Amino acid sequence: MPHPSRLTARVLVVMPAWNERDSVAETIAEILETNPGVDILVVDDGSDDDTAARASAAGALVCQLPFNLGVGGAMRAGYRYALRNGYDVAVQIDADGQHDPRYLPKLLARLVDADVVVGARFAHKGDPYQVRGPRRWAMVLLARTLSRLAKTRLTDVTSGFRAANTRAITVFAAHYPAEYLGDTVESLVIALRTGCTVTQEPVEMRVRAAGQASQTPVRAAVYLGRAVVALGLALVRRWPAALEHAPADLGIGPAGKAGRA
Amino acid sequence: MSATTILGLTGAVVIMVVLFEMLRRHRLREKYAVIWFVIAVSAIVVAVVPGVLFGLADLVGVKVPSNLLFFLASLLLLGLTLQHSHELGRLEERCRTLAEEVGLLRLDFEQSQTESQKAQQADGEPVEDGSE
Repeated sequence: MPHPSRLTARVLVVMPAWNERDSVAETIAEILETNPGVDILVVDDGSDDDTAARASAAGALVCQLPFNLGVGGAMRAGYRYALRNGYDVAVQIDADGQHDPRYLPKLLARLVDADVVVGARFAHKGDPYQVRGPRRWAMVLLARTLSRLAKTRLTDVTSGFRAANTRAITVFAAHYPAEYLGDTVESLVIALRTGCTVTQEPVEMRVRAAGQASQTPVRAAVYLGRAVVALGLALVRRWPAALEHAPADLGIGPAGKAGRA
Repeated sequence: MSATTILGLTGAVVIMVVLFEMLRRHRLREKYAVIWFVIAVSAIVVAVVPGVLFGLADLVGVKVPSNLLFFLASLLLLGLTLQHSHELGRLEERCRTLAEEVGLLRLDFEQSQTESQKAQQADGEPVEDGSE
């Protein structure tokens, strides 16, 4: 396996984007500025606006999905691209600008001893990103359960800021759920089940450049309920014990044919 | 013939005719037709020979035979709905995979088009490395 931290590591930033015309170009520019040498693949998840055109103009590769699949679908497409084009590392960065690309080198550095690195909030006291009520309970429940499973402290498992090495890319290219919380929580469960190691790197997230997270109490409570269901399902679901499709997928060249899901 | 027999027979025959027509016009795949065919045949049997239902109700200890019929019917509908949910989920997953592949193919295609355009432009001029 190629060592992720070697100088020639090919890094692909996968950026799922759905109607992010206001922030996508700026986010791309910032990534390229702070991390020259990375390739950026924007997966346009069926946007109605000109997200794809703006991303392309800003210097990113653009994969346009014919309709909205959710973050899970967009990310699996991204991981497939990374796998087929021989990238050593795939990093997910959201298009809304809440992930600060200045933390990217720190995430990459941690890939030396882990297959998946999550850029996590709440890792230390005084984190400016505050969450309260049911939403916080849900996050604590998810974090504790996943921490136990990963045998390491994870404080922010719903973070979409994460880096994956080839081993994890191979898993995610075949199995990346599109269901609710599947792209964050369940994908980590899958990674752990298939023998990948998961760790975290403390980051500070910014207030979203555009758009707002759901904040009303009712929505927070609904979030808690759905999180419990999603977590329960993720834990009891059967997942392939090993990388069953890996050899077939890896054997395919850059312009390869479809891998099986 | 009693009124209930006629009612049962009519229902069963209507199902049969509709099934046949749908199959003939390629509106129904036979894997779904089989279950409906079984339902129609059972309806005919119960309509013509009600004794079967009475005997069965007696056997399992249901006092009112029609209740057994309702129970079995609802069970069957439940099973069918479940089967459809399963099929729908499978189709959604396949559809998702196809959508992802379409997106990736489109990207592949656009990339190779750009490359060949560059190659054409480079023709006639001193050959340079094709990369950006």
